[in-house]
Amino acid sequence: MRSPIYLAVACTLAFGALALAKEDLDSRPSRVAVPRTARSASPDAASIIEKSQRAFYYAAEDMKALVTMALIDKDGNRRTRVMTMLRRDERDGGNQKYFVYFHEPGDVRRMVFMVWKYPDREDTRWLFIPAVDLIRQIAADDKRSSFVGSDFTYEDVSGRDVNADTHALLREEHLGARNTHVIQSVPKAAADYTKRVSWVDTENLLPVKEEYYDAQDQLFRVFTADRIEDILVGEGQAATTFPTVMTRTMTNVKTGHRTEVTFDSIAYNVGLKDEDFSERRMRRPPSDWIR
Amino acid sequence: MAVAGNRWPGRSIPGALVFVWVAWGACPPPLHAQGTGNVEIHGFLLGTYAGRTTGVRPGGEDGGDFLLGEQRLRLDLTAWPEAVEAALRFKGDVFHDALAGTFELDLREAYVDYTAGDFDFRLGRQIASWGVGDLLFINDVFPKDWVSFFSGRPLEYLKIGADGFRTRYSSNVANMELLLIPFFEPDNLPTPDRFVLFDPLVSVQTRDEKRPATTYTNTELALRVYRKIAAVDVSLYAYRGFWRTPALRPDSFASPTRVAVLYPHLSVYGMSAQGSALRGVLSFETGYYQSRDDEDGVDSTIPNSQARVLVGYQRQLWEDSNLAVQYYAEIMQSHAAYRKVLPAGYPAQKAYRDVITLRLEQSLEHQTWKLSLMSFYSASDHDYLVQPQASYTFSDHLAATVGANMFGGRRDWSFFGQFDANDNVYLSVRFDFGRSGS
Repeated sequence: MRSPIYLAVACTLAFGALALAKEDLDSRPSRVAVPRTARSASPDAASIIEKSQRAFYYAAEDMKALVTMALIDKDGNRRTRVMTMLRRDERDGGNQKYFVYFHEPGDVRRMVFMVWKYPDREDTRWLFIPAVDLIRQIAADDKRSSFVGSDFTYEDVSGRDVNADTHALLREEHLGARNTHVIQSVPKAAADYTKRVSWVDTENLLPVKEEYYDAQDQLFRVFTADRIEDILVGEGQAATTFPTVMTRTMTNVKTGHRTEVTFDSIAYNVGLKDEDFSERRMRRPPSDWIR
Repeated sequence: MAVAGNRWPGRSIPGALVFVWVAWGACPPPLHAQGTGNVEIHGFLLGTYAGRTTGVRPGGEDGGDFLLGEQRLRLDLTAWPEAVEAALRFKGDVFHDALAGTFELDLREAYVDYTAGDFDFRLGRQIASWGVGDLLFINDVFPKDWVSFFSGRPLEYLKIGADGFRTRYSSNVANMELLLIPFFEPDNLPTPDRFVLFDPLVSVQTRDEKRPATTYTNTELALRVYRKIAAVDVSLYAYRGFWRTPALRPDSFASPTRVAVLYPHLSVYGMSAQGSALRGVLSFETGYYQSRDDEDGVDSTIPNSQARVLVGYQRQLWEDSNLAVQYYAEIMQSHAAYRKVLPAGYPAQKAYRDVITLRLEQSLEHQTWKLSLMSFYSASDHDYLVQPQASYTFSDHLAATVGANMFGGRRDWSFFGQFDANDNVYLSVRFDFGRSGS
């Protein structure tokens, strides 16, 4: 029975060769022609995108939310993920820590995924597997992994470095009931898209729509913020509101598969501490987090 | 080879029914009304079937082609009281073993958790996994079910719960985990009724298994001290207990009539580190196995002390795929003494045994398809194990897995080579259900 060992070695060599080839291709800059007008970066556009990131990914100092994520294929079949997500910002626009506890479905129940996010370098990620009581670090590449099989990538969930793209303000547009800035962002290095067009609300600076174009300059992913609410934090004079996207959808136009994310409940500034993002909490999340 | 006793076999149909009734009955409306707490019940139905592809059968004509044929019902019950940071968890299986024709109960875990300040306590039957190896164990000294691993049961069944008391202390300086296990549980190893095995003492059927007595001094102690140093997980380990694979001691080497099955004393000291490097995750682990009953290696029936080391690297290749490689080595101490006392006719192990593993994983179609290939290859022993597997998730509740275990080797007494005649394919189907409490 020598053939399995040869099969294993052949697979390794094939994967290794493919990996090296992919690495080589990805490191070359994208060759899609960019319209002349958009080639020059506008500092206005970059600062709008940065403020939009702050509003979307860095709202308040910490956050606790119960999230339902529905993966719907073109035939309407649904798969549902329910999770409790906690986030704490070390510094606005800087390091963050995420804690995601899965309630459903059955095969991921009680699993916890924790990320220490650094804008300037690779994140560190841990996964707790309750069936065998094991925590291990997991390897991943932000730009390219889908988050739990959905149409959102890890980058969509935790944010993309503003300086990774060249931004240009295209126009102002009235979209539905809101005024928006329309901004085009072109990645500087290889990404799974070659161009992104964002509609950013002029008032609350949240992205209300995003279109992603692939290497053939065809639309392949669309993000929409379907419902935005003002979440009140604090009381009386100290109260602040954080406009929050409560329902959002990412649709893969080419496959017809879409992911709908709903925040069933959300609270800001709940008083999370740095120590809360630890191995101990992955194994024993406090009751008030997950019940 | 010894069989672990974590199952309660026999004609337990009434027992199984009681089990199911108690578990379902634990979540009645009155419990909520009384305000004594909240309960969640989840579970699954799992069918696993594994058959040999080699056509070789254990025990000649009387043996069968199937390694496994079972239907399991898992009940996973969690209960927690109001106002106290505590929880109770019960995870048990009732299953029908179609090959043996019996109903059995498999208690996976049953424990109570309690938190007080920086301390977490867990009392009861509990699974623990330590170390950073992927299916290679150095500081994970807890009992394992190798039968499940070689026959295609889901990976969680590789671990067996240990009955004991765990204390965890957490602080910014260092964290500590201490397990006290008074009730010894050996590994569950393949037996000649289901597996075609190499056994140097095959002619001797009289086996006297002598497990360590449940005395206070025989309580196993496992300690882990750990902390993150700049997002690198570093741990130190110490274990004082017993070997979980048995030592066979025939009454005479020339003409044995009885064999004593013993579990000699063992201490393990080690450390591990895991962190991001080279655009992936790098892991390192090492441990020293001190065979306390035979430190000089002069007793041929007791395994010699050994040093173990492991280096692993894991990274994502492209979307939804993963590659992990490991290099592992066992270095036998006092090898010269081992060779000197080795009885005639017994195969000689090398001083140095190494294993290279390769794991490739790929998810497709929004993670509904999960393909994986795990392979072990020992350059020193010239043997291997290859485990391809494909899983498909039909819905949030239904999933099916097919896979194979392919063994091979030049010698029929090496770790993987000895199972060469047991190459098998398996199918497992799982249906999840559950409801949450208040």
